[in-house]
Amino acid sequence: MIITQSLIGGSVIGIAVSLLLLLNGKVLGVSGILGGLFNLPFSKNYWRLFFVIGLLISPFIYNVFYPIPSVEITSNNLMIVMGGLLVGFGSRLGSGCTSGHGVCGVARLSVRSLIATTTFILFGVLTVYVMQKVLI
Amino acid sequence: MTVLISLLVGIIFGMGLIIAQMTNPSKIIGFLTLGENWDPSLLFVMTSAVFISFFAFNFAKQKKQTLLHLNFEIPKRTDIDLPLIAGAALFGIGWGIVGLCPAPAIVSLAFGNSQTLLFIVSMLSGMYLFKLIKK
Repeated sequence: MIITQSLIGGSVIGIAVSLLLLLNGKVLGVSGILGGLFNLPFSKNYWRLFFVIGLLISPFIYNVFYPIPSVEITSNNLMIVMGGLLVGFGSRLGSGCTSGHGVCGVARLSVRSLIATTTFILFGVLTVYVMQKVLI
Repeated sequence: MTVLISLLVGIIFGMGLIIAQMTNPSKIIGFLTLGENWDPSLLFVMTSAVFISFFAFNFAKQKKQTLLHLNFEIPKRTDIDLPLIAGAALFGIGWGIVGLCPAPAIVSLAFGNSQTLLFIVSMLSGMYLFKLIKK
C-alpha cells in the first residue's frame, strides 16, 4: 500500500519534471528555483515565482479529493533553524537538492549529481545516527 | 504561456510529493534511519521519478529545442569540486536534522504549523547568505 503510494507519487513527480523540461526547457531543481528568486532583474523570475505559487496551492487542490496526510516534526526550534540554514546554504553551495541532483541529475546520469546525491544521503544517515545514538 | 506551465508543474510536483508523503518529515527520518525499522519509501519515490525523467532527458538530448521552441537549459558542468561535496554534505546534515528539504517544506506550509514556517524562513536565509558570500 505504502509502496503503491510511493510509486504513484514518484511517477507524478517524474511527469512534472518531464513537462517542465520538454515544454519550458528547464531543469526542475527546487533549491535553484528558490535561490534564483533573489536574482535580478525580477522579470526573469516569473516562471520561478509561478512554480512556487503552484507548490503552495497544491495541497488545496489535493484536499479537494483526499485528506492531507499528517506532518510530524519532532525537532525543537533550535534544530529547525539550524537545519533550515544548512539546507538552504548547502543546497546553493552544492548547486542542488533532492529534486535537482536526486531526481533530475540522476535521471540524466550526471556524475556530479550522482556524487552529490550519494553524499547528502550519507550525511543524512550519519546525522540521524548521531542524533539518535549519541546526543539523546 | 511558460509561466502557466510553471504554475501547473508546481501544482503537479506538489501533489506528487503529498501522494508520496514526502511532506512528512518522519518519513524522511525513517528513510535515513538504517536498521530493522528502515522506511524505504523515499527509494521507491526517487526510483519511479528518475525512471520517468530518464526518458524525458533522453528525448531532450535528441532535440534542439523544446516542444514550445525554447532552448534547453541543462547544466553542462562535469567537474567534481569542493563546493559540490561540501554543499551536499551540509545539505545532508540539515536534511537529517529536521527531515525537510526545499520542496516539501514549501508544499507543507499550508497544512504545517509555525515550525514549517520557521524552517522556510531559515532555509531562505541560508540561501540568501550564500548569495551574499558568493559576491
